[in-house]
Amino acid sequence: MRNLKKLGAAVAGCLISASTAFAEGYPVAAGSGAPPAVRDPAAGWDHLWREVIIDITIIGVVFALITAWLLWRYRHRPGNETGHAPKLSAAAAVAWVVIPTFVFLADDLYIAANGWHLWNVYREVPADRLEISLETGMYSFDYTYPNGLRTQNELKVPAGKPVLLRMTSRDTLHNHFIPDFRVKEDSMPGRITYLWFLPKEAGKQHVVSCAAYCGVMHSYMASKIVVLSPEDYKAWYDKEGAKLNEMKSAAEQTKAMPAKKS
Amino acid sequence: MNIKEWIFTTDHKRVGILYLIGSMAAFAVAGVMAMMMRIELSSLGPTITANPTTYNVWLYSHGAIMILAFQIPALTGFFANFCIPLMIGAKDVAFPRVNALSVWLFYVGVILALLTFFVPDPPDVMWTGYPPYSTITTGNTAFYTFTVLILGFASIIGGVNFLTTVVYMRAPGMGWTKLNIFVWCTLGAFVLQLIFVPVLGTAVTLISLDKYLGTHFFDPTNGGDVLTYQNLFWFYSHPAVYVIFLPFFGVLFEIVATFARNRVFNYKMVVFGGIFGIVALAGVVWVHHLYVSGMADWLRIGMMVTTLMISVPVGLMLIGLVGTLYKGSISFETPMLYASGVMFLFLIGGLTGIPLAVPSLTVHLARTYYVVGHFHYVMAVAGTFSIFAGVYYWFPKFTGRMYNEFWGKLGFWITFVGTNMVFWTMMDIGVQGMPRRYYDYAQFPQFVSAHQFMTLGSIILGIGFVIAVVNWIVGAIRGPKAGDNPWGSHSLEWTTVSPPPHGNWPSPPSVAENWTPYGYDKP
Ligand code: HEM
Ligand SMILES: [Cu+2]
Ligand SMILES: [Cu+2]
Repeated sequence: MRNLKKLGAAVAGCLISASTAFAEGYPVAAGSGAPPAVRDPAAGWDHLWREVIIDITIIGVVFALITAWLLWRYRHRPGNETGHAPKLSAAAAVAWVVIPTFVFLADDLYIAANGWHLWNVYREVPADRLEISLETGMYSFDYTYPNGLRTQNELKVPAGKPVLLRMTSRDTLHNHFIPDFRVKEDSMPGRITYLWFLPKEAGKQHVVSCAAYCGVMHSYMASKIVVLSPEDYKAWYDKEGAKLNEMKSAAEQTKAMPAKKS
Repeated sequence: MNIKEWIFTTDHKRVGILYLIGSMAAFAVAGVMAMMMRIELSSLGPTITANPTTYNVWLYSHGAIMILAFQIPALTGFFANFCIPLMIGAKDVAFPRVNALSVWLFYVGVILALLTFFVPDPPDVMWTGYPPYSTITTGNTAFYTFTVLILGFASIIGGVNFLTTVVYMRAPGMGWTKLNIFVWCTLGAFVLQLIFVPVLGTAVTLISLDKYLGTHFFDPTNGGDVLTYQNLFWFYSHPAVYVIFLPFFGVLFEIVATFARNRVFNYKMVVFGGIFGIVALAGVVWVHHLYVSGMADWLRIGMMVTTLMISVPVGLMLIGLVGTLYKGSISFETPMLYASGVMFLFLIGGLTGIPLAVPSLTVHLARTYYVVGHFHYVMAVAGTFSIFAGVYYWFPKFTGRMYNEFWGKLGFWITFVGTNMVFWTMMDIGVQGMPRRYYDYAQFPQFVSAHQFMTLGSIILGIGFVIAVVNWIVGAIRGPKAGDNPWGSHSLEWTTVSPPPHGNWPSPPSVAENWTPYGYDKP
């Protein structure tokens, strides 16, 4: 009975420590130092991944050691011709269900709580952000900036500013996967999905690769993210925006001219 | 032995052996496809084919055949057919002619799957067949639809048959808690098949209706929705994982109990906690395959919790299996060697699934080689090793002869080395970002040497499998006579002669009050 009480306390302890995970914080991005600091999903990912890997490694090693020991200890030897395991008492049989169940559930809850916490970081996009709309198609990623500027298979972004992609597709499923930023989400016709990431270091390029099977050229469907310093980005963005405006007004003038019929 | 007798047979043991031959042929073909893919990936750019579609067709056929025509039929076709009537002391199954229909439908399905290599524009839709691609490709999606429908139908009528058989045809005295664990596992698997296969049938039928008859179930420009298919598909295909997992764990229990000459640890925990728990949870976790598919956030979080909870029944079954060793007397003939290997390698497969239950980790891991490595550890390693273990274990029973122990063990060790080289490396490059279903990986030149290492590993594991299969063929033809019960098992199937005659026993067996299939401590 005393043992059971101790066990109860241990289980309760596990549950409580699991629930504290809801309150745990995540590393904050160094960014460009702009306050307020932005939570970085990629850093959160690395942190949770480490935690879960340690968790499952411990479980795996414990199980493997026990198995190896049993296999060796009870190997067939002269004088040990048949098994002679004692019959479990009813209480022991129940305990062998209840205790492991609670231990596993406590661990599950702990992982779930941490996972949920990080999930919120992934899904809640900071308000101060660059919003890009992305249309995918066989076999390209087509980005549109807020000023109407379009690029294909290359996205220039300023360092330190969260980037939100609103995605859809004109033909089949595709997926904008950025391994360096630990994020991906499908794009598909008829729905709009989103993802966001935090580019940090100016001067870096990050691979984007399609991660939803989309046909013959699936493995060649790629893009890249080019991180510029905020100043360089602004210069580029304004220059391209001006060019775009010129083109637009030129196009309007042509339209305004009386159309010649042939 | 004449061919006509085999074609018109309704004997459950022969039907089982037909299932074994068909599923092993399917395994060989899909294995060759795996080798082709591995060789293609051994260098950047084109290696043995310059056409990505060719690779995609290999991958489609590899995935579809391995799951639908190899593992499910080997486990719920061969083992269930051969073992269940013998284990419960029945003369045959409840509906022997339906059983014969089931195996021949299975052969039609296998032939349909193999036609992939002969029709122009073969299907290239992957074993998942997601629309819109499957409805706009020039490949023949209809082959996919009909292969799934026919193999699914074969499996459903098998399910009806075995549920009836176990409920009504147990030997006198054979109570529910005296059933072999394998019988319980197979019942669980068939319950899942009966509930969920019709959903898969619906899903794959609708894509062919969309493609060939112009309906718009999955076409958003006409009011359809692409995500509906993914939900229907995984509503079946996640439970399908347990249709594979349950019987192969059942096989492991039989082998471990016999070679440890021991009782099954906490039988009721394994059955009512493990098997029942898995059947109960199987249908409420499918969204973990759709974590990056744009599903509602609350569903992703909800199914994270249910998915993690699967660790409870699976953990109980593993405790039951490992606990069976306690105070046993373990010998390591080939079947037990494979089973011991699984006890370690299944840990890798099972535990690497835990990160995949967490949506905030799958945003990076989903659709990469991490997933491919994980499920190969579960299916290609744990599942296939268990199937091989089971074939070795019942080999003396269904052939009456013995395989060669030396080659059996050698085959195991070679396969063991090869599988770990391939599938561990897959997980490693997956975490670093290598996407799956890639014919080429120009964006990831850093993985060339890892891919070459895996290609080498796949050649090694292929050699190991070939040694095993050759060992069986040679053993079946001219192995030494095995005797009725070479392993000294207590289970009922070993009380008849090897190979068992039509009708199984001269007179129907009955079991004593204190008999259990694992009662090694009782004389
Ligand atoms: C025997 C050694 C095996 C090797 C070397 C092997 C190798 C591979 C490779 C290279 C891929 C393709 C990865 C990609 O391009 O994304 C793959 C996919 C797959 N394999 Fe295997 N495999 C083996 C056995 C098995 C077995 C026994 C199963 C049984 C269930 C299996 C089931 C699958 C499935 C379901 C896929 C995914 C197909 C898809 O993406 O649609 N494999 N395998
Ligand atoms: Cu793609
Ligand atoms: Cu699943």
